Amino acid sequence: MSDSHETKTTAAQPPLHDGHPVDFNAYLRRCGFIFVGILCAIGMMLWISYLPGHTWALKSALILVVACANAFVVAGFLMHLLSEKKMIYTLLAVTVFLFIGLMGLTLYAMQDFPAGTQMH
Amino acid sequence: MDIPYAIQPRPDTGLYNAKVGIWLFLASEVMLFGGLFSAYVLLRVGADPGTWPHGWQNLTLGTINTVVLALSAITTLLAWVACKAGQFGRFRFFHACTLLFALAFAIIHLNEYHEDLTHYEIHLTSGLIADGHMVENNLKEDYVTIEGRTVNDEKLLYDLRSQTIKESEIKIPRTEIASMESYGPWHNTYMALDFTMTGLHLLHVIAGSVVIGYLWLFGRKMWRTDPERFTNRVEVSGLFWHFVDLVWIFLFPVLYLT
Amino acid sequence: MDTTVEQFPPFRQPEDAPHAHDDHGQHEHHEPGFWSKYIFSTDHKVIGIQYGFTALCFLLFGLFLMLMMRWQIAHPGTPVPVIGPLLAKILGNVAAGGVISSELYNSFGAMHGTIMVFLGIVPLAFAAFGNYVVPLMIGAVDMAFPRVNLASYQAYFLGGLVMTVSFFIPGGAAQAGWTSYSPLATTIPTHGQLFWIIGMVLLISSSLMGAINFIATIIQLRAPGMTWMRLPWFVWTQFVTAFLLLLAFPPLEAACVMQFMDNVAHTSFFLPTGLAVGGQLAHISGGGSPLLWQHLFWFLGHPEVYVLILPAMGIVCEIIANNTRKPIWGYKSLVYSVLSLGFLSFIVWAHHMYLTGMGTAISTFFQATTMIISIPSVIILTCLFISLWGGSIRFNTPMLFALAFLPMFGIGGLTGLPLGFNVSDVHLHDTYYIIAHFHYIVAPGTIFALFAGIYYWFPKMTGRMMNEFWGRVHFWCSLIFMNLVFMPMFAQGMAGMLRRMSDGGANYSAAVNSRAGAEVIGGLSNDIMALHVWILWAAISLGIAQIPFIVNVFWSMKHGEKVTSDNPWNSTTLEWQTPTPPPHGNFTHTPTVYRGPYEYSVPGHPRDFAPQNEPLGGSHPTPSPQAEHGKQLAEDENRKTQNAMSHPKEIKH
Repeated sequence: MSDSHETKTTAAQPPLHDGHPVDFNAYLRRCGFIFVGILCAIGMMLWISYLPGHTWALKSALILVVACANAFVVAGFLMHLLSEKKMIYTLLAVTVFLFIGLMGLTLYAMQDFPAGTQMH
Repeated sequence: MDIPYAIQPRPDTGLYNAKVGIWLFLASEVMLFGGLFSAYVLLRVGADPGTWPHGWQNLTLGTINTVVLALSAITTLLAWVACKAGQFGRFRFFHACTLLFALAFAIIHLNEYHEDLTHYEIHLTSGLIADGHMVENNLKEDYVTIEGRTVNDEKLLYDLRSQTIKESEIKIPRTEIASMESYGPWHNTYMALDFTMTGLHLLHVIAGSVVIGYLWLFGRKMWRTDPERFTNRVEVSGLFWHFVDLVWIFLFPVLYLT
Repeated sequence: MDTTVEQFPPFRQPEDAPHAHDDHGQHEHHEPGFWSKYIFSTDHKVIGIQYGFTALCFLLFGLFLMLMMRWQIAHPGTPVPVIGPLLAKILGNVAAGGVISSELYNSFGAMHGTIMVFLGIVPLAFAAFGNYVVPLMIGAVDMAFPRVNLASYQAYFLGGLVMTVSFFIPGGAAQAGWTSYSPLATTIPTHGQLFWIIGMVLLISSSLMGAINFIATIIQLRAPGMTWMRLPWFVWTQFVTAFLLLLAFPPLEAACVMQFMDNVAHTSFFLPTGLAVGGQLAHISGGGSPLLWQHLFWFLGHPEVYVLILPAMGIVCEIIANNTRKPIWGYKSLVYSVLSLGFLSFIVWAHHMYLTGMGTAISTFFQATTMIISIPSVIILTCLFISLWGGSIRFNTPMLFALAFLPMFGIGGLTGLPLGFNVSDVHLHDTYYIIAHFHYIVAPGTIFALFAGIYYWFPKMTGRMMNEFWGRVHFWCSLIFMNLVFMPMFAQGMAGMLRRMSDGGANYSAAVNSRAGAEVIGGLSNDIMALHVWILWAAISLGIAQIPFIVNVFWSMKHGEKVTSDNPWNSTTLEWQTPTPPPHGNFTHTPTVYRGPYEYSVPGHPRDFAPQNEPLGGSHPTPSPQAEHGKQLAEDENRKTQNAMSHPKEIKH
């Protein structure tokens, strides 16, 4: 659907996004693929959770891997993080590092205690 | 007084102000939910073996909610694309969809809370445990009716995925009840985490809906006077909404599937 | 699907935007009313001053709480003089007869810490000074998000209100220390803790909004030519502080939400299985972890202490450069140190938890990172010290406070080293040694730097100088009495006096001493206990020493000596290149920056300072070959950055 309308006084500019004309239908198709991808991820996580004969620890790990992939798709394409600028990447890298630090060190602290004592 | 780079990006960073601002805010939100997720991991790893619940949530409703939220994320993106393409009508359509999906999510989720709060674990004086949804709490004739089952070992109530459960209507006289507790956040740490994490998430859904709703209702004026600024606002609120979806992408498997 | 394409005009450039969308409505022909000018203003300067006054009020409130506590410690069980009857009347049973009961003491202790840290120092150091000075220093017209700025102040004000109101509810304010450890915070039957949590959530939201604003402003709104390495070091410290607040506060917010749930919804996030309250098993689900609260709290708590100190270091740096009339030594080291300090501050937190039963591996990890983090701190202090060498020092009041900061922070920082090692911390944890350590850093440390900042920037804010004589009186009295208050506490702590003892250790000593006579090690000697009275009088004198300051501030606003130029200190940084006081929009023309921030005593330059926006070679009579080359390089660089940026615009009002 092109938008080549003219106004009375000024010449119309075709809608631009970073210098390229916006193709709405292309975006629509792209979103369709992304949605299908998300549905697949959901289905896969459900399937893994129903697998018999595995420990919950293993199943949880696998499910989280799929969740991370799903998150990557949402963040990368829907939040267009993949086309973002260096500044944003740096900020997020720092955040991820701290997040891992918070989780990891807290867990490590709870696992490390002298023999014969308990941690609650 | 014009603040520079509110609309046009600054050349050396390539970003406009609000975009920097929203990503900073999202970074702080990552740490907020990160705090809750690390609480979850810590409490789960520290729990006594065999006492962590599995399968307590309604998987159907949870999956529907996940799909609904994913759809809303997509309509949010398309609403922004419509703004970029200069199509205000399309923007209104897609964001109307977003708001409807958000409403659906909230309703389904509140229903899940209701289900939890009407689900009771009743310890009987005989030592047995009755577990099920409240059908009737008859104060006059002093009995309680639940739709559920009776077990003799509390451990059977934890891992529901590994059992096939037959439910029936059980009528219990109040004199046989030693204690009764609903599956609220007070029930155990899993429910506490579930209510708190999904509750905080729901608050973010509501907040995001309010912002998107405001742009949807009152956006026409700014669209006429300053469409680029308006498009940026749509983008920024859309980024927040996508983050809300991202959190749910992790909440759903963690609370419902594992 | 809606297929109609509505006719809308193409996107327009901001210059073409009609005046109607100017949010501030600042037309030339009418002035905003009182409310929009002073109360609901979005101007960063007004907000900065609002933060400043509110924070100073809270600091004074915290001081009064401290004085009452010190009275109780020195004279346990005796009514507080002068205000005892007032306390009894307002607070009822907990202050019966004007005596501060243990519950009330605990409330005062918890709230003194909370108020001083979250309502006093952080808003003053970060929000007040930052809001006022940072946009001016980087050459911006305002903060990036002025309305968010206003919202941030309002959230702070509300949070402060909630905290203050908590004193007057039945049961009084929170009693579980500023650290609010669970399960104590949950099992105390009063509601003060709930108010604390709600207040904290409001304060955290305020800080987050402020942090976002600062970072976005510093990244996006630097004037043309203001590259990262030309920023005054104060801006760098505010930048890092903002990151600390942004990323460290949310886990505490999460923990506050969970503690709120524990208190209100009877969850057991932090309540362990088998918890007994009042001798009976508590009716809780159990399964929680008290240590989880501590981890989440200290994940904020440690970066928080760097939030308290970094803006202060920044202020000291500016004042030292200005009053030594020479560049700061080691600017690059300062920048890299503050960046690494900020980064490392996130991974040292469990050194506050050495006594929780952690194993040796994790303790060693945190001990190592704690030792490593002392390196950038020392580098910063060293750079500031070396900057004094060979300077033409002007000993005005701001400089006196800035100079005193150095050894005071030095004492505070160095006394932290035994606390960083877990072996020595086992002996010193939760004793008065810790109190002395952190108060040395914050009280004669940060607060002195903040006083310095007030004396320094007062002329820019008001167009008048503060009285120099009373400034010196304020300085010397504060310095002497601060040391008299806190130095003895090192001795008390090493002798074994524990924190938070509402009677100053009298019962503890009596119990220990009565068991096997005076032979028992662990009782507190009479000499140690006698120090309480000395400390009390030093504290009262310290309080009295603030009176000249308070009077000076208000009196000088109307009657202080008027400044004769916009730049009375002859400073190089951009905030002095504005009219006095700066108008809405700050600069008459967008400044272009040609030089670094500390171009003092440049050889060959006619004046002993070169403002950052002074063009190169402007008043330079006979340029040397090196100067010419340097000028050419700088001009090339400026041309490059100017080409990359939009042209500086005239500021429209």
